[in-house]
Amino acid sequence: MSFATGLICRECGSAYPSEARYSCENCFGPLEVNYDLDAAKRVVTRASIASGPPSIWRYAALLPDPGTEPVDLGAGWTPLRRSTRLAEALGVRELWLKDDTRNPTGSFKDRVVSVAMSSARRLGFTTAACASTGNLATSVAAHAAFIGWPSVTIIPSDLEKSKIAMTAIFGGTVLGVEGNYDDVNRLCVELVAEHADWAFMNVNLRPYYAEGSKTLAFEICEQLGWRTPDQVVVPLASGSQFTKVAKGFDQFIKLGLVDGAAPVLFGAQATGCSPIATAFAKGAEVVTPQRPNTIARSLAIGNPADGPYVLDELRASGGDCGSVSDDEILECIGLLARTEGIFAETAGGVTIASLRQMIARGTIDPEKSVVAIISGHGLKTLDAIVETATVSSTITPSLESAEEALRFHQLVAAS
Amino acid sequence: MSVTVRLPSQLRTLVGGAGEVPVEAATVREAIVAVDVAYPGIAVRVLDDRGLLRRFVNVFVADEDIRFLDGLDTVLEPGQTVSLVPAVAGG
Repeated sequence: MSFATGLICRECGSAYPSEARYSCENCFGPLEVNYDLDAAKRVVTRASIASGPPSIWRYAALLPDPGTEPVDLGAGWTPLRRSTRLAEALGVRELWLKDDTRNPTGSFKDRVVSVAMSSARRLGFTTAACASTGNLATSVAAHAAFIGWPSVTIIPSDLEKSKIAMTAIFGGTVLGVEGNYDDVNRLCVELVAEHADWAFMNVNLRPYYAEGSKTLAFEICEQLGWRTPDQVVVPLASGSQFTKVAKGFDQFIKLGLVDGAAPVLFGAQATGCSPIATAFAKGAEVVTPQRPNTIARSLAIGNPADGPYVLDELRASGGDCGSVSDDEILECIGLLARTEGIFAETAGGVTIASLRQMIARGTIDPEKSVVAIISGHGLKTLDAIVETATVSSTITPSLESAEEALRFHQLVAAS
Repeated sequence: MSVTVRLPSQLRTLVGGAGEVPVEAATVREAIVAVDVAYPGIAVRVLDDRGLLRRFVNVFVADEDIRFLDGLDTVLEPGQTVSLVPAVAGG
């Protein structure tokens, strides 16, 4: 059973029941799902969690009420892998990779969608919708198809072809907007006022949706043997994943489920869309919006909703925020692939490049443990690498031609 | 001059359910104040006690975020629409 009690405004504390509502009527502040942790403490144990299903729903007690049955395509419980070769390349003593490429539709968005779709069904909705940079749209379309719901996913029209195809194949309505994600998002906020019967995962269902990201923190703790890591690097788009990862660690610590202190959290952004990194570096209290221009499309949110809270958390915990160029992103997609056998999308390149940058400037301690969240699969952003990741040589089907090419590549490899 | 203020669902109960309110105003700030004069309670939800925009409200004029323009002092043209949009969405 869920120990969620209702919604509460993060700004002014106004309380609301568990309904489809996302911002406070009094101050527009974001609403959060609130829990009775005292009651949960008496019931939720390491054993009770460990006996649950191999998905995010093993943490059902600390997620919103999914109704009779969660909408579960199998999101979560992805591998946490100890890195050896990348750790060596970066000079980190203990590096772990949270491989969220392994979700049903290839990104961490399955975590948030499984939670939000379940809440949407419990609340009586029958149509799923979202504003998306791609990964969310794919996940919403898949989960909607799974339960036979119509879906309306709204994305920038110039997204990567692979992301559009991966969404359209599930059969819902895909609206490509001539504009960037911030334009899409604003359109959806206006649409939700006109289509109150649509469950926009990241608008009117946003408090429930966001909770799904806590399971990244829960899994990291459990997979480390019920201990917290020292440092975690999280990619930043709206900042929702970051703030909920922080909430997840905090809840596990309050419930006494885990040994160790709360980790220091670090953000990762592409310089071409780095409003949070810029505000952090300047010491600013507010995040000034930016017009995105980066290959890391899944992180290209120029007006990040949770930006202020990310700044608060970064400063409170002594973290830092990386800002990396598109060239570094591509280089680090390759580095991760060559050293670990993990093919990440551009956001994964942002995380690894930011990790490297923050080690170099001394804000991430390479002698302490680090977890890097790899949030999406490389097949989603093939456009970014198809020009450079190609056949080594084109040859004729003859031994001679093959041997000649192999000699050449051995020479290249040896040089 | 006449402009239109478009309200999010959170504020519509205060104006009797309407999604748009026509007002006379020359700047964004004047437009918000004008709606508040007609329907008290709007301004306090949108502006903080220093008269600045609350941090979780976005305002658009002709589809442009006023933070890319002149903020609350952004000058309006006749017939333009000022949209008040909750900031905490998306991602």
